Amino acid sequence: MSNHIAGKSILVTGGSRGLGRALGLTLGRAGARVVLVARHADELAEVVAEIRAAGGEAHAIVADVADRDAAHAIAGQAAAAVGPIDVLVNNASTLGPVPLRLLLDTDCEDLDRALAVNLVGPFRLTKAVAGPMVLRGGGMIVNVTSDAATEPYERWGAYGASKAALEQLGRVWAAELAGTGVRIVNVDPGEMDTRMHADAIPDANRAQLADPARVAAEIVALLQAEPGPAPGARVAIHTGPSGAEAST
Amino acid sequence: MKPATTYPERRDDVRLLVIDPTRAPSDAALHETRTPALPDFLAAGDLLVVNDAATVPASLRGHDAAGNEIEARLIAARGDDRGADRFVAVLFGAGDWHQRTEDRAPPAALPVGARLRFGTLAAEIVARAPASPRLVELRFAAGGDALWAALYREGRPVQYSYLAHDLPLWAVQTVYAARPWAFEMPSAGRPLSWEILLALRRKGVRWASLTHAAGLSSSGDPAIDAALPLAERYEIPAATVRAVTDTRARGGRVVAVGTTVVRALEGAALKDGGLRGGPGETDLVITPTFRPRVVDGILSGAHAAHESHFSLLAAFAGPDLLAAAAAHAERAGFLTHELGDSMLVLPGALATARDEQRSASGNAA
Repeated sequence: MSNHIAGKSILVTGGSRGLGRALGLTLGRAGARVVLVARHADELAEVVAEIRAAGGEAHAIVADVADRDAAHAIAGQAAAAVGPIDVLVNNASTLGPVPLRLLLDTDCEDLDRALAVNLVGPFRLTKAVAGPMVLRGGGMIVNVTSDAATEPYERWGAYGASKAALEQLGRVWAAELAGTGVRIVNVDPGEMDTRMHADAIPDANRAQLADPARVAAEIVALLQAEPGPAPGARVAIHTGPSGAEAST
Repeated sequence: MKPATTYPERRDDVRLLVIDPTRAPSDAALHETRTPALPDFLAAGDLLVVNDAATVPASLRGHDAAGNEIEARLIAARGDDRGADRFVAVLFGAGDWHQRTEDRAPPAALPVGARLRFGTLAAEIVARAPASPRLVELRFAAGGDALWAALYREGRPVQYSYLAHDLPLWAVQTVYAARPWAFEMPSAGRPLSWEILLALRRKGVRWASLTHAAGLSSSGDPAIDAALPLAERYEIPAATVRAVTDTRARGGRVVAVGTTVVRALEGAALKDGGLRGGPGETDLVITPTFRPRVVDGILSGAHAAHESHFSLLAAFAGPDLLAAAAAHAERAGFLTHELGDSMLVLPGALATARDEQRSASGNAA
């Protein structure tokens, strides 16, 4: 199967903001058939309109990936819009309440929510979407992770644990699906100039943060790379700082 | 035989009756096992063809303009599924799925032009079938992405009165479900897990898929049921046609998972020019006298001898063998219907299993 993404059906969660939005715009420009999932209908509609205005194809699905009944509804609506999915990007995630708290001060419910959005949601959606990929002998799953999955940053415990577990799901899936043509990679986009980052570290120097559009371009290049990353690999994106104080 | 009333603990562990039509019609042509053993009965070079249609939440509850309760069960999309805003539906009146459909109150008589509302989703009756005023064509006020969002928000899978609990959307999907084309679950594939599918592949059995828009199997209204199944659309990928042709050329067996796969493949094969890839529509009904051209065997849900589904198995095995199979399933307490046990009708299935057992014991020695 060719890795060129023009004409491919690509499902991106967390598509209304930050990296998900940037991925939607980049993929739309590259000719992919884009389906974006997010909780907030208005923000999502804006991104879809922006992709369409640039001549791309985009569809919106308003859903919360943490909703236990959402996975098949998302998969079904996406396939109704663009046919069987070629690439799934598990991008939606939550930090939990900010300012971030020490683990001993973290409410159990907040850990539950982080796991529901960052781990169980991607698990359910991947189950619903990867099956038909295996049957057809090709496809790609990208789990968006973080260096908080591997570094014990203070106050990033709930988020980091959820991302570490997501990465392990990716590695085991890659092992189990070896030889089926379905590829799974964990991508660490690095520190980006996004609302999520600002929520976590309000006083960060934005000039030191990466521009989500540049990170999205790197991820899209990764999707098209031949032979591409090893199955289950953890790929860290380094675009360097945006340098722009006011980049959005 | 009784219907299964609840979801099995594991999707891929139900009873399996293997029926080998190359054997004389007796108990020696039957073998009872469980679905995890399915790979034992297929051989390298065989091809398993599945229907990858996802199941639509096709039951919509709402009201007509006078406030009367209405349930619409969608059974077919009209036109291109992406742009479609029209669906064929069967209407039911007051009551719910706990009652048998035969016992459900009919809806109030609704003329063409009548407006219905299902939660946030509005619809209009744009046509009624000659067969029954309850068999209608609905046009929804939304189309495209907005219609699909509304169907997933307002709809639920079609439910069955023999179940002990209601079926959520995940419970009516196969593990390989992709486009939402099926209005009832293509349930023959329900017991297939990746454990089983990957074991088949390791053995050298190939898979292929097609998409078939399985409609409603029965409505409880004799006038409508006489008209079912309606013509159903399908799409057969070119790769599947190649796999079928190649399998047959090499002497392998083509095993259909469910009636919908048989209807799509055999319906396509009957058309001018033979089996070709692409979209199509078939009204083929498989009867006991039908002689399959491309399908050698079928994995099916277990059915009792009086069910119409059972008679189509006769296209793959003679009446005497099927009678023996039905008697065995009855004695053994096989469970029927969507969540029930399985049957595999496949020529040479028992020889395949025996040969492998011999070669395994030969290796051990």
